[in-house]
Amino acid sequence: MGKNLAGKSAFIVAVLVIFCFGIVGIPHGGLTQSIKDRIHLGLDLKGGTHLVLEVHVAEAIASATDRDVARLEADLQKAGVAGATVGKTDPSRPQTIIVSGIPAAKLSDARGVLQGSDYANYDVAATADGNSTLTMKLGAVRDLETRTLDTSIETIRERIDKLGVSEPVIQKYGLGENQILVELPGVDDPARVEEIIQSTAKLSIHAVTGGPYETDQAALQANNGVIPPDSMLVHGTGSAGAPDQIWLLKRVSEVEGTDFRDAQPGQDQNGRPNIRFNLTTDAGNRFYNYTQAHTASSATPGSMAIVLDNKVREVAGIQSAIRDSGEITGAFTQQQANDLSLMLRTGALPASISYLETRTVGPSLGAASIHQGIIAAIAGMLAVMVFMLIYYRGAGINADLALILNLVILLGFMGYTGSTLTLPGIAGVILTIGMGVDSNVLIFERIREELRAGKTAAAAVQQGFAHAWVTIIDTHVTTIVSAMILFLFGSGPVRGFAITLAFGLFANLFTAVLVSRVIFDAILQKKERGAALSI
Amino acid sequence: MELFRTTNIDWLGKKWYFLGFSLIFSVLGVLSILFWHHIPLGVDFKGGTQVRVAFDQAPNEDHIRQAMDRAGVHDARIQRVSDPSGHAANKVIIALPESTATDQSHDAGRQSVESALSANYHDSGFTVEQVEIVGPTAGKQLQKQAWLATLYSLIGMLIYLWFRFELIYGVAAVVAVFHDTLITVGAFSLTNQEITLTVIAAILTLIGYSMNDTIVVFDRIRENLALSRRESLHDVVNRSINQTLSRTVISSGLTFLTVLSLYLFGGEVLHGFSFALVVGILIGTYSSIAVAAPMLVAYQDWRVSKGKTVTLPAGKRAKV
Repeated sequence: MGKNLAGKSAFIVAVLVIFCFGIVGIPHGGLTQSIKDRIHLGLDLKGGTHLVLEVHVAEAIASATDRDVARLEADLQKAGVAGATVGKTDPSRPQTIIVSGIPAAKLSDARGVLQGSDYANYDVAATADGNSTLTMKLGAVRDLETRTLDTSIETIRERIDKLGVSEPVIQKYGLGENQILVELPGVDDPARVEEIIQSTAKLSIHAVTGGPYETDQAALQANNGVIPPDSMLVHGTGSAGAPDQIWLLKRVSEVEGTDFRDAQPGQDQNGRPNIRFNLTTDAGNRFYNYTQAHTASSATPGSMAIVLDNKVREVAGIQSAIRDSGEITGAFTQQQANDLSLMLRTGALPASISYLETRTVGPSLGAASIHQGIIAAIAGMLAVMVFMLIYYRGAGINADLALILNLVILLGFMGYTGSTLTLPGIAGVILTIGMGVDSNVLIFERIREELRAGKTAAAAVQQGFAHAWVTIIDTHVTTIVSAMILFLFGSGPVRGFAITLAFGLFANLFTAVLVSRVIFDAILQKKERGAALSI
Repeated sequence: MELFRTTNIDWLGKKWYFLGFSLIFSVLGVLSILFWHHIPLGVDFKGGTQVRVAFDQAPNEDHIRQAMDRAGVHDARIQRVSDPSGHAANKVIIALPESTATDQSHDAGRQSVESALSANYHDSGFTVEQVEIVGPTAGKQLQKQAWLATLYSLIGMLIYLWFRFELIYGVAAVVAVFHDTLITVGAFSLTNQEITLTVIAAILTLIGYSMNDTIVVFDRIRENLALSRRESLHDVVNRSINQTLSRTVISSGLTFLTVLSLYLFGGEVLHGFSFALVVGILIGTYSSIAVAAPMLVAYQDWRVSKGKTVTLPAGKRAKV
């Protein structure tokens, strides 16, 4: 027994040292600093912004099928199927393309194209009226959704990194579909962050085929009431300070999104903020061919429109061939020019984004919460410890030691696992103090009962622990069940609470059962046979 | 020191008082939920914008209201923050209804509050300490999660107790815990305090806590049933409650002490959270003795009256 006891004591001391290290690490620059380095504080304690965003993945699917519509038209043309129209009719089903008006003689040619390997992502079905529908396969839709969400997270991360926020969290939010959680410590002006994240920054340059018009009706009349299928009407200002006008633009862009290699804010010769951009080599060559063919001195002079987030920002005639650099001068403020070039550098979001939750905590409220939480913890702990000493005398010391060790292990756990301490988490620590002492009370009451039944001190301790153990296991399991469910369903602060509660319970199993037992055994060993136990 | 040496109280004999007490509180709560304050939902579940503003000097709520009105913000709810000791802090929560936070535009509500104050409130300077904006989608999502979390933890515990004891033990414990939850939510409704995400966390904790308390009594019942098979269930249950009474009172008392310290010193951000625990721990302790244990006996009596075999729900023998 004696040797066993020494071994157990050594084990307990080792655990104590290991978890102390977990809390403070190798001490440097004062105790508080050391603790702060190890225990991560949640946003509600250190201040910051918490956002939940939803990515509209359906848009990414719609633009994928849009591209396939254009491709399919070209492919059908190539296969000699004239007169067929390819399009999408139902906006709520972006994954479906309908091919109609295929001449009866060309049906087999058309089918050959549709069932070719280029459209393997689609299920092809013939409808009764001779049309064909292509529906994107479920697997392909899922893949695209996942990719869209991943790209969005990457893009948002790059933008936020460029803002210089330290330790941001940007990850999938497991509680809803297609949602992203963004946590920005120390940022308490969410308005600008929202603007930067939310802007899709979809930049493209389109050939102008008509306009400007004053109203939509005017635009329609000028084109005999029909918008050509390869064109679209886009609103915008065209140049700084101009009123809203409408242009008819080619649907397919000359350069767009990923073609931009770099963008920098600058000023034009009049001192107005502008954005200078560079294109990738490949896009530069394409752009050169296009501008070369449409310069003012050529047979087909043209102008081009710079479109940002579906708004025309600038329309300019093509003066000379441009290869890979240019500039956009719109009605920008310097801040907008800065933000916009940042977004162009980091790439466009694949789909637009909306906000579900925004929570901001200022640093002063966080500091007050820490202060109050610590006071509440100390007051609660003192009350419990004093009571235990009075009520259980000698054994009270035992319980108090176990309680302190419980706290050390709990905080050490948090230091090692890098868990986050939130305000409800502090409440969890306080609750652990109250509930942790329950195991000791269970054991002590049982020992007293056994003593009353006339058992010797050693036998009473032995029996007390044996009986209480069953109950302790049952009570801990049920509480761990609720902590786990909180962890799965909660987010942010609530999750922090679940973590401290669960760690506290595990630490408690160790301290209440092993540590108190060793202390009791040590006391019993020193005592004379038959001497009374202080409990 | 010992408070309870050998108590010998006939707890089951008082079951009609207990039933009356539980009924009064449950019914009061349910009536308030149905007809009076309903369940006062916080911004987390209801959606909307909530801005917490700290003023340099004691704020004048009427002036704040006027400032809002002048800026065209008419439906703001303005509430002075007070700490639990009743001291009014120089802080005000300004809440705007759901319509200010759509999924498309989020920040409009906050901006209108801030600009209204800086333009029209001249008593003292202010800083915005906390902004919570929850859109309609998120609000619904959070509501659903709260329901599911509560439901799943009840089911999880029912299954665990079924496995460790017997089904009737699980049912009795879950009924007791449901009773606690109902009364706690009722207390929020009666006092018109908002239920937020952290309050739900507190309710889930108290589900675990009340379950704890019930299990301690059940464990003793099981142990005593295994030891003395001739004693009637009624007597065994009474004796078990009396034997564990000392532990029940001391443990609950100590937990209550810590929760009370949280309520008094923990600051107004945790107010709802600690209120739920203060109420919950009192009710949870009461329900293990007054609801869960009598249910076991009532079930037994019902089986006997049906002429079925008397199976003491001794359950599986205590083994670990």
